[in-house]
Amino acid sequence: MTVTTPAGLDLRSLLHGLPGVDKVGLESRAAALGTRSVKTTAKAAAIDLAIRMVDLTTLEGADTPGKVQALAAKALRPDPADASCPPVAAVCVYPAMVPPAAEVLAGSGVHLASVATAFPSGQAPLDVKLADTRDAVAAGADEIDMVISRGEFLAGHYDKVFEEIVAVKEACGAAHLKVILETGELGTYDNVRRASWLAMLAGADFIKTSTGKVPLAATLPVTLVMLEAVRDFRAKTGRQVGVKPAGGIRTTKDAVKYLVMIHETAGDDWLDPDWFRFGASSLLNDLLMQRTKLTTGHYAGPDYFTLD
Amino acid sequence: MRKTYKLFIGGAFPRSESGRTYLVDGDNVALASRKDARDAVTAARKAQPKWAAATAYNRGQVLYRVAEMLEARRAEFAAVGVPAAEVDAAVDRWVWYAGWSDKITQVHGSANPVAGPYFNISAPEPTGVVAVVAPASFLGLVSVVAPAIVTGNTVVVLAGAPQAAITLAEVLATSDVPGGVVNLLTGDPAETAPWLASHDDVNGLDLTGVSDTALATELERTAAGSLKRVRRPAGTEIDFFADPGVKAMTAFLEIKTVWHTKGF
Repeated sequence: MTVTTPAGLDLRSLLHGLPGVDKVGLESRAAALGTRSVKTTAKAAAIDLAIRMVDLTTLEGADTPGKVQALAAKALRPDPADASCPPVAAVCVYPAMVPPAAEVLAGSGVHLASVATAFPSGQAPLDVKLADTRDAVAAGADEIDMVISRGEFLAGHYDKVFEEIVAVKEACGAAHLKVILETGELGTYDNVRRASWLAMLAGADFIKTSTGKVPLAATLPVTLVMLEAVRDFRAKTGRQVGVKPAGGIRTTKDAVKYLVMIHETAGDDWLDPDWFRFGASSLLNDLLMQRTKLTTGHYAGPDYFTLD
Repeated sequence: MRKTYKLFIGGAFPRSESGRTYLVDGDNVALASRKDARDAVTAARKAQPKWAAATAYNRGQVLYRVAEMLEARRAEFAAVGVPAAEVDAAVDRWVWYAGWSDKITQVHGSANPVAGPYFNISAPEPTGVVAVVAPASFLGLVSVVAPAIVTGNTVVVLAGAPQAAITLAEVLATSDVPGGVVNLLTGDPAETAPWLASHDDVNGLDLTGVSDTALATELERTAAGSLKRVRRPAGTEIDFFADPGVKAMTAFLEIKTVWHTKGF
């Protein structure tokens, strides 16, 4: 079956008709944006915004209901010593861990995201992926993080990937769909741009860089390509899509670089937890330490924050 | 060639992140900022678990190696104004502390008598990251650094005499001391020490080099906020040539006591 895009082109022509990415220019632009100095009140605002954007994630084989519930409790009150510290955006877990997390998060306003569709490899038959998705939604997840089939994408079977995303989106029902491109396995920035457009055309609510399970995770240049893609997509179709870099973002400094990049690329509409998320686990503690440094006036230490 | 004396953080010799320098006896010396102190604490924290996990024998060998390198660079210390007798004493001091690495547990650990079928054993363990305000004399510097690291602590040192301290850093960098175990900052302790005293990720504070009693008291008070171990020797005039005793080592040790069943 040939998928026809809103522009009337077939998918392959549209994706290959996207302008190529200037690798050197992109990387130097991302590096230049990373040198901005954000201090004092602006820094405090950036830290609070970054905390509100965190998808607090645990995706380990060793996850237990108790551990997930502890993490969910942390999501609600990241800094127990300071009530002015905002909650994070969401908790992100495996489908089997959705029910225990839902118990803690119900009615709190903190979203519950579940990875699905044979995370992290995506190498499973479509009906298994759809069942995985429906189960997670039925268990209480209101956001689904799906992985695309990189194998099919790299083989050039764009229609197949497109239809898969459409089918998962349908299985999601009211739940938001984040599509993980796994940019570390796509090879080139051109592919990242194509995969972004493919996912957005298929109905993704968010495009996400990585699973966090391959060595090359979120980087500034890759996220810059994706921010340009969502900006251009909205200009063309009027629909706004969110961006979620995930994996490898560990420090407040890194997080602030991303915020600067959003401001300079996609625009301030995306400076909101509804449109931008950080998929992270250790980032939150660093944000809390920097926040504590600003409120107390002395450097904070990891001994005073939870291990998770 | 004129030399610029830089900082020693994480095994590297960076300039101050602030870009500042000051003149000491005609030499350009880096003036450390609070952020350099913060970076040094990060480096010290990163190095600490591995250094503490090294065998006592290994730590002793590394310290002994420092003494060898120090002796080989005797002329460089003379060039920055350290008297020969003080260099000799410093070499002896390193060797003396090196010897303590595998003895401190025997002398300060114990097998405790208990009324039950258990062993009860106490053993000293390193405190963690120790911030040191070093005295101006070179022997004084060695006498506060060596005892802190021999037991498995890592240190951030605010040096008193910059040129001698950075020459010591060059000794450390060319011996087998892992990067981050000793970090040396030059500059004004009155500016940087309060940041280390209040830092939540610093476990101990050595105030031997603080001659201003009001500042020392203030630092001690600040350190209480995060329950740091503080060492503040009595008196202002310390004779570093005298037998130092074990106090400098035991000041930054934690005693861990474990119960263990006897037999099965």
